[in-house]
Amino acid sequence: MVVLPVLITLLAAILCIFMFRSRSWQQKITLASSGGHFAISLTLLWVVQRKGIQVLQVGNWPAPFGITLAVDLMSALMLVITGFIGFWIAVYSIGGIDEQRASYGFYPLFNLLLTGVSGAFSTGDLFNLYVWFEVMLTASFVLIALGGERAQLEGATKYVILNLIASILFLTATGLLYALTGTLNMADLAIRLAGISPKELVTTLAILYLVAFGIKSAIFPFFFWLPASYHTPPVVVTALFSGLLTKVGVYALIRVFTLIFVADIPFTHTLLLALGGFTMVTGVLGAAAQWEIRRLLSFHIISQIGYLLMGLGLFTQNAIAGSIYFMVHVILAKTILFLVAGAAERISGSYDLKQMGGLYRQEPALALLFALPALSLAGLPPLSGFFAKLILVKAGLESGSYPIVITALAVSFLTLFSMSKIWGEAFWKPAPAQLKKRPKNPYIWIPILVLTLTVVVIGLWSEPLYRFSYQAAGQLLDSSIYIQAVMGKIP
Amino acid sequence: MTYLLAILIGALFSAGLYMMMRRSLVKILIGLLLLSNAVNLLIFTAGRLVPGRPPLIPAGAELPEAPFADPLPQALILTAIVISFGVAAFAIVLIRQTYQKIGTDDLNELRCTDLPCSMEIEEPAAEKEGQ
Repeated sequence: MVVLPVLITLLAAILCIFMFRSRSWQQKITLASSGGHFAISLTLLWVVQRKGIQVLQVGNWPAPFGITLAVDLMSALMLVITGFIGFWIAVYSIGGIDEQRASYGFYPLFNLLLTGVSGAFSTGDLFNLYVWFEVMLTASFVLIALGGERAQLEGATKYVILNLIASILFLTATGLLYALTGTLNMADLAIRLAGISPKELVTTLAILYLVAFGIKSAIFPFFFWLPASYHTPPVVVTALFSGLLTKVGVYALIRVFTLIFVADIPFTHTLLLALGGFTMVTGVLGAAAQWEIRRLLSFHIISQIGYLLMGLGLFTQNAIAGSIYFMVHVILAKTILFLVAGAAERISGSYDLKQMGGLYRQEPALALLFALPALSLAGLPPLSGFFAKLILVKAGLESGSYPIVITALAVSFLTLFSMSKIWGEAFWKPAPAQLKKRPKNPYIWIPILVLTLTVVVIGLWSEPLYRFSYQAAGQLLDSSIYIQAVMGKIP
Repeated sequence: MTYLLAILIGALFSAGLYMMMRRSLVKILIGLLLLSNAVNLLIFTAGRLVPGRPPLIPAGAELPEAPFADPLPQALILTAIVISFGVAAFAIVLIRQTYQKIGTDDLNELRCTDLPCSMEIEEPAAEKEGQ
């Protein structure tokens, strides 16, 4: 059960390679696999909620010796959202990816990317996490360069080099951690690191992991690869990356800094909090200077990562619940905004805000579908972003961290400014050139519509998701639950 | 032996980082390869170095006899080598393709993604026909 989300997408990737010549079969396989992934993950979520953490000891090797896959509430939630986003992006790709890219292996890579992401969400072993990261990264390397346009190659070069450095740091940290403890199983690490002295060694390793995962999740001093590369591939790929890739980095940070590195919380988590604040501010200020809609939205990805770190840095149950809620919200909202940007480009023929305009007059429905997630991202009630930020701000006030609360609120305001800039330039301003009349492509409209409805629904009816996030945060903070599920006993 | 390896790993790390700070794409690639080899050696050393004693458990015992090298890191390196091999192959192709498209391996010229790019217009027409 635990391994099925990984298996189904891996199998689909292999099948897609066998069907390499037939685009329509690859599409069908991908729709089936991502839909199946979503259904399985939902079932898994239900099972985890009823019966507790689901664990699979691969090859039946007992816990610290073999590879463990463990899915707790947070992992299950992330798997569900991966399947959901994956499915609707697969639908969008039918209308949104060009013939050439589709015939050069877009669909196998898409499935491999989902495999890597799902694997990273469900593993309970640090070296295995590294392997899943590599699967995900390799698929994303090819996806970002697929098509071979000049900007894409440049973006891909930067993306590949900086992410490889992160991987090397991750591997270094893992090697040193093994030398220190003699284990790589996360639950076993949590037990053994508690007894290690001096604590400074553990903290040093924690910072190595912070840098490695920080590069992958594009936090403050390490984010430069993201706005240099994310806007270059077709919008389907960008939407997929923005929804899933950096969030895997954040997930890894949350996992590692709630389960393993909790020896020196005043130092590490305050650092995380400060980095979160800087990430928010630099992201949103970077966005303010942009005129290319995808670059602008890429900077907003960075800014939103800051909120996720804020919850982790505050390190209370409410704050981490806020992070989890925010993660669901931001994955949905960002994916929609990129998909809308793609749809807008189909009509106005450009991603440059200066050359766009008049979309409101011609496509009022698209304008509405942009406005809802954009306002949600800025945190206006009653949309999902409002509640996500409300939980985080409340948690911040409860623990008395006023500077971060003020930063978070100010950044929300600046986000609203950026969104109104896109609105004013692309939708309201009179069109500088004749807009193309294009028939509405259902494969492009339906995903945007469904995802937007989801954002509205989790905003209007936010209590179940909040209660769930709270439960998941409780599970993350009480590491003995995880340890007991994996190791079978409390030592 | 461990000291020797420690010095070697340190040298590889510093040489790799030095190469990464150069502006040439090829040198960055060499830097990446040096770094990944340095990490592999680091993991190798982390599992203790005991020459000539395979970690076999004698009949009836629970553990191999005392000084033995941990075999797990060696298995980890195998995985890491395979991954870095694949990734390096991809990076080489990517850098070659970038070089062919842009005509330079100077990193300072790679700014199409950050600034408005004037050369975008003159996308080689011949290549498009070729595809």
